[in-house]
Amino acid sequence: MEIFDQKEARSRKITKYILIGLSVLFIAVMLILPLASVIVNSLREGVDYYFKALSTDYVTSALVVTFIATVIAVAVNTVFGLVASWVITKFDFKGKNVLSTLIDIPFSISPVIAGLAFIMTFGRLGWASEIIDSINSALGTDIQIVFAIPGVVLATIFVTFPFVSREIVPVLNTVGKDEEEAASILGAGGFKIFRKITFPHIKWALVYGIILCTARALGEFGAVHALSKTRGGTFTLPLEIDALYMSGSADSITAAFAVSSLLVLIAVAVLIVRNVFEFRTKSKNRKGK
Amino acid sequence: MALFKRNKQVRVIPGFKLTLGITIALLSLLVLIPLASVLVYSFKLSPSEFWKLITASNVLNAFATSIVCALIAALINSVFGLILAWVLVKYDFPGKRILDGLIELPFALPTAVAGITLSKMYSDTGFPGSFFSSIGLDISYTKIGIVIALIFIGIPFTVRAVQPVLEKLDNQYEEAAYILGSSRRRTFRKVIFPELFPSLLTGFGLALARGIGEYGSVIYISGNSAKDNTQVVSYVIMQKLERMDYASATAIALVLLIISFVLLFVINIIQIRRSRRISVR
Repeated sequence: MEIFDQKEARSRKITKYILIGLSVLFIAVMLILPLASVIVNSLREGVDYYFKALSTDYVTSALVVTFIATVIAVAVNTVFGLVASWVITKFDFKGKNVLSTLIDIPFSISPVIAGLAFIMTFGRLGWASEIIDSINSALGTDIQIVFAIPGVVLATIFVTFPFVSREIVPVLNTVGKDEEEAASILGAGGFKIFRKITFPHIKWALVYGIILCTARALGEFGAVHALSKTRGGTFTLPLEIDALYMSGSADSITAAFAVSSLLVLIAVAVLIVRNVFEFRTKSKNRKGK
Repeated sequence: MALFKRNKQVRVIPGFKLTLGITIALLSLLVLIPLASVLVYSFKLSPSEFWKLITASNVLNAFATSIVCALIAALINSVFGLILAWVLVKYDFPGKRILDGLIELPFALPTAVAGITLSKMYSDTGFPGSFFSSIGLDISYTKIGIVIALIFIGIPFTVRAVQPVLEKLDNQYEEAAYILGSSRRRTFRKVIFPELFPSLLTGFGLALARGIGEYGSVIYISGNSAKDNTQVVSYVIMQKLERMDYASATAIALVLLIISFVLLFVINIIQIRRSRRISVR
């Protein structure tokens, strides 16, 4: 910074401290305070009550449903993310921009619409309800989609759909496709190319994508809210939090914050992993240069 | 399938048809077909019926509330997004990495958790809500509350849109402008801001799109009163769904979808233009 004279340098320093101060204030009030507030509210009735609130049957059931929905959603979206990012970054084809835009749809529409979409597909008025009915009568099964676990799973998949591919695509775009082309010319098969060349590049992006996808799947609310109506049956953790909070008594509000604190811990863990991951890629890039 | 025809050039990497096939199949089954069901159902309504449903006074009020609050929140987020991105890129200070990491909190924290927490904080029994209500300013259950929830949800979009562009912007421009005698304000206005503007607009658009459709973080702090105009669009859709009024729910959802698509489309155009401009250099 020697190019600036003394007066200019000092005035730049003042600006610097004002801007840093503003930033710290904003983050403290808008982001840290809510986090702290969850923890304080969850412990309002003491530690015993906190653990009691976490061990009700409703919470246990919600944990199981959330776990099922999250595992399936993450598995589906990981497969999709790998395949989609491969096709988007390794090939040139017409309609590529359209495809990328379509994949991003769930990211920018209201989660309530996602719930509505499955109701209009599989619900009483939906065109697919007849198909489900005929499958049920043919096989003697009783498959329900809407207001049942499959609906919760579908809604969770929908809202977290682009998360894995969004993390991988930028990495593959920077890497380019020369190495894969060389490997292919030398006779390597598609899966081998992926395993030996592509995968090492995207390892960390994939890990982070999966973690982010998990966090979002655990916490999805709007879409699942439209499709799940039975407390203790099809409720996920966020729905259980909603039920506790809306029942209005001081005790159950504290319980709602206790359940929330679990999800806060997961969110903080995600942020830490994110930070480590970014630090790794950044220091790797620096070494590369 | 003419849309996805491969360009005429030799393609050596294998797996094009297979991966494209899987991608399109999963995308259609899990996202596009369910969304199309909403369209199909809403097209069954006659235009006059559709018009009547979406111009009901509570629906129009909800759209006004969602759009105005999301606009205000996105504007505030653009200002703070620019400041935060600037601070994170240009300055070094202790705790910077923690600050940087925290930006993503609203992505990682479930919206319902954010919703109940903000609602509690800004109610007259919470901190800092009790302070504000003692000076006569109610935040929870008013539109100010909605704006605060949307600021929380939207801040990562604007910061993360501006940050990478600012990182690539060479300090030399700034130094050259200074040496040539430009004041700092003028340098910012004439040299730096024009470079950042497209990304700022992208961040604004993303935050706006997210804000207009937001549900979980808003519904607790908003109060959802039709009388005070504190119902947001997503809340009204959910309310119609609960009353099994599928015609209204789909009609409102269709309008909301169109708004999202237009925003998404505009954002994409800005980004494509940007990348072209950079590649020309």
